[in-house]
Amino acid sequence: MAPSTSSVITLNINGEKYTLPVDHRTTLLDALRERLDLPGTKKGCDQGQCGACTVLLDGRRAVSCLQLAVAAEGREITTIEGVADADGLHPVQQAFLDLDGYQCGYCTPGQICSALAVIEEHAAGWPSAVTADVRPEAGVPPLTADEIRERMSGNLCRCGAYVSIVKAVARAAGTEAVA
Amino acid sequence: MSTTTTAGPVTGTVGASYTRVEGLEKVTGAARYAGDVPAAELAHGWLVLSTVARGRIRSVESDPVRGMPGVLAVLHHGNAPRVDGNYIGMLGRPDPIVEVFQHDRVPFVGWPVALVVAETTEQAREAAEALVVRYDEEPHDVAFSAGHAGIYTPDGDGMLVEKGDLAAELAASVHVVDAEYTTPEEHHGTMEPHAAMARWDGGRLEVVDSNQGSMWVAQELAKLFSLDPASVRVRSEHIGGAFGSKGVRVHQILAVMAATVLDRPVRVVMTRRQMFSLVGYRSPTAQRVRLGADADGRLRALDHQAHSLTSTVHEFVEASAGFGRPMYAADAHRSVNRVVRLDVPTPTFMRAPGEAPGSFALESALDELAERCGMDPIALRARNEPDVGPVSGLPFGSRNLLACFDEGARRFGWADRDPRPGVRREGRWLLGTGTAAATFPVIVAPSTAAVTAEADGTFTVRIGASDVGTGARTALTLLAAEALDVAGERVHVRIGDSDFGPAAISGGSMGTRSWGWAVTAAGRDLREQLALGGDIPPQGITVRSDTSAAVGSLTQKERHSFGAQFAEVAVDVTTGEVRVRRMLGVFAAGRIVNPLTARSQFVGGMIWGLSMALHEEAIRDQATGGHVGADLAGYHFAANADVPLIEADWVDDPDADDPVGIKGIGEIGIVGAAAAVANAVWHATGVRHRHLPIRPDRVLSAGAPAEGDGDA
Repeated sequence: MAPSTSSVITLNINGEKYTLPVDHRTTLLDALRERLDLPGTKKGCDQGQCGACTVLLDGRRAVSCLQLAVAAEGREITTIEGVADADGLHPVQQAFLDLDGYQCGYCTPGQICSALAVIEEHAAGWPSAVTADVRPEAGVPPLTADEIRERMSGNLCRCGAYVSIVKAVARAAGTEAVA
Repeated sequence: MSTTTTAGPVTGTVGASYTRVEGLEKVTGAARYAGDVPAAELAHGWLVLSTVARGRIRSVESDPVRGMPGVLAVLHHGNAPRVDGNYIGMLGRPDPIVEVFQHDRVPFVGWPVALVVAETTEQAREAAEALVVRYDEEPHDVAFSAGHAGIYTPDGDGMLVEKGDLAAELAASVHVVDAEYTTPEEHHGTMEPHAAMARWDGGRLEVVDSNQGSMWVAQELAKLFSLDPASVRVRSEHIGGAFGSKGVRVHQILAVMAATVLDRPVRVVMTRRQMFSLVGYRSPTAQRVRLGADADGRLRALDHQAHSLTSTVHEFVEASAGFGRPMYAADAHRSVNRVVRLDVPTPTFMRAPGEAPGSFALESALDELAERCGMDPIALRARNEPDVGPVSGLPFGSRNLLACFDEGARRFGWADRDPRPGVRREGRWLLGTGTAAATFPVIVAPSTAAVTAEADGTFTVRIGASDVGTGARTALTLLAAEALDVAGERVHVRIGDSDFGPAAISGGSMGTRSWGWAVTAAGRDLREQLALGGDIPPQGITVRSDTSAAVGSLTQKERHSFGAQFAEVAVDVTTGEVRVRRMLGVFAAGRIVNPLTARSQFVGGMIWGLSMALHEEAIRDQATGGHVGADLAGYHFAANADVPLIEADWVDDPDADDPVGIKGIGEIGIVGAAAAVANAVWHATGVRHRHLPIRPDRVLSAGAPAEGDGDA
C-alpha cells in the first residue's frame, strides 16, 4: 500500500479551530487561501522573497509560503483577517489607512502582520542590523525611522509606499521618529 | 449625450485629502483580488514554459502526466482549441503570443508550451513539473547592443524626428557632450502575480481578472475566440499593481481555453518566475546623446539616438529618444528610436515607457554640459526653456517647469550647493546632490460613464475604470461628489467591469483624466435634471455620458506634465555602496484631485527612479537565452531599507484651455529621478556613471575620482 499523501489536521487560526484534510505538499499559505477561504494572506512569490504572505505563528512573523500546513498544527496562527477585533481596527491597520501606507494593497496584509511583530520585537529589546548598541544592558533601542525601515525590509512593496509605511508603523508604535 | 464640459471651480471635496474608499477592505484582508475569488468546482491550471530560446516543439509527452492524480487535462499545441489572432485590437495587431498553443514554434525561453489542469494546485504543479517536452533546438541570439547588425529604424510616428542642420550646429558649438548611456532590462514586478479565473455561465463567458482595462481584455478575448462581444464579461475589482504589464496576457486566454474544454471554472495564476517571460518588461536601452552649446550654455544641437530590443514575433519600441522633443529649445533637434529583433520575449509599456530611460540619458548629458559650461544645472535648463514646442512649434497647454525648479531648489537648499565634485566627506561617505527635469505627455481617451440618483438619496457611478493602486476609485468618488454637489459619502463608485461600457484604460497616466471627464459630465447633467424637482423612481434616474466628441475636439497643443527632481546621495568608494539620503520632487501636473493619494503616487514613482538608478537589472544568460535569477531575490527592486524620506509636492498648474485640468500623475514621478541620483553620484565622487544600475562593482571599478573629468 502506498504511503498516505494526506492527513487530517486541525489548525488554530485567529482563535478558531479548523479541521481539514490536506495534501502533505500544501503550504500554510495555500491552505489558508484555497481551503479555508481566508485569502487575505497574499501570494506574491511563493518562495519566501517578498513577504506578502506574512502571518504570525505563536506571535512571531513567518512567511506562510515556506511553512507546510501539516507543520503548523498546534501553532497559534494569526492572519490579517484576525488582526481587527470587535472594537474595530488595530492601531496598525488604522495608521496604514489614515496615512496611505499602501497603494494597490496587495502587500498590505503582509506589511501589517509584519508591523505587528516589529513593534513587539522592538519592545522586547531585540536589536536589528542598524541598532548602534546591541549590548543587552543598552536596553531597548529607540525605534527610529531607520530601525523601522530595516525591520520592515522583509516586506516588498512595488508601488513604493515605504515612506508612508514607515510613518504608519511609527504612529502605531507611539513614536514620532519619521526622519 | 454628447459632452462639452468646461472647467469648474475647485470646490468642496476635490482638493482635500481623502483616505481610500476601499481602504478598510485593504487593511483587513477583505479586498478580493483575482486569485482570491472562489468558485464551485474550480480547477487549477499550471503553465509549462519552453526551456529553449529558439526551435520547434518535437513532442509534448503528456500521456504519463494525464494519469497522475487529479489531472484533468494537458493542453498544448496539438490539442488546444483554435483561436484567431488576426485582428486589430486597442494597441493594433496583438503580440502573436495571444495565439497560444497554435503552433510548434518557440521564439524565446519561457514561451508557453503546455497548461496542466488539475483539481488542486499541488496536483497541477507536480504534473506540470513532470511533463517532458522535447525540442528541436536552433541557434539563438539574445545579445543586445547598439552596434548589433540587425538594428533598424521602425516605421511609424515619432521614430525619427529632425529639425535644423544638426551637423552644422554641432560644428559651431563651443561645448559638445557626446556620450553613451545604457539602461538594463527592467521588470514591472507587480506584487500580485497575473491571475484569471474563467467560467461559462448561462452562455456567457465570465472572467475574473487583474487588469488595466476590463473592456479591453473582454473585447480581445471575444475576437480571439470568435465570440459575440456582448457574451464576454471581464471583471477586475482589485488589482495588485500593474505598471503596464496587465493587459491581454496568456493567463486569461488559457483560463478561457481550459474552462471551455473542461466546462468548469478554471483559474490560471502565473508563478513569479513565469512572470519574467510572460508579462512584458522594459527593454534594455543603449542611447547616444550629443549636445552642442554656445559658451553661455544655449543649446545649438540636441541629438538623441536610442536603441532598444524587441522579440522576433512582435515589434515594440522603447521610444526613449522622444523625451527631449518638448523639453529644450535648440536650433537643431534630431531624435531617433532604433530597435533590433532578438530571441527574447516582447517588451512592453512599463511605467513612463520611453521617458524613464530617455530622461536618464538626456538629463545626465545636460548635467555633463552644465559642468563643461561651468554653469549651475538649473540655470542651464532655464537658459534653454522654450516658448513653444521646440520641434512642433505648437503652444504649450501649460508649462511650469521653472516654477518646479524654483520651488524645489528653495526647499532642497540648492542655493548653498558647492558645484565642485568630490569635495564633501562625512566619515566613509562622499556626499553629493543632483537634479534633473521631468516631463510626461498628457493623454486622454474617450470614456463613457453612467451616474444614477438612487431612490434612497445615494448616487451610483458606473464606469469601466480600473484602480491598479492609483487611488482612481477614490478620485472618481470625489469628482462625482463635486459634480453632483453632494457629500462624497453619498457616492458609490463601481469600476472594473466590462459591462460598464467603453472607457480609457489605466495606462499612460490617462485614467483619472479620461474617466474624471466622463464622470463629471454625467454628474453635472444629473444634477441639472434633479434641480428640476420631482420624485426619484425606484429604479433611480440614470444619466450617461460619452466624451468621444469632446475629446476629439481638443485643440492641438503641447500638453505635458513637468517636474524637478532632487537627490542627495552618500557614496562609499571603498565598498561601492551608494545610499540615497533624501529626494524631493516638485511637479506641475495639473489639478490634483486627492493630495493624499497623489503624493503616494509621486513618491512611489520617485522610488522607482531610485530603484532604477541603483538596483534593478535583469540578467540574460547568453548561452541559454534565459534569465539568471528570475525571482525577487535575483531581481532586486528597492526594499524599505533602501528608501529614505522622500518628499513630493506640486505647484499650481492651471490650463484655462483644458476642459478637465487633470493631467495625470502615474508616471511622471519616475521621470528624471534616476538621472538626479546619478548626477548626485557624480557630484559626490567626481565620476560619471552612464550605465545603470550604479552597482557597487561599478563604483569600485571607477576608482578614485580623476581630476576634472571622471568616467565610469
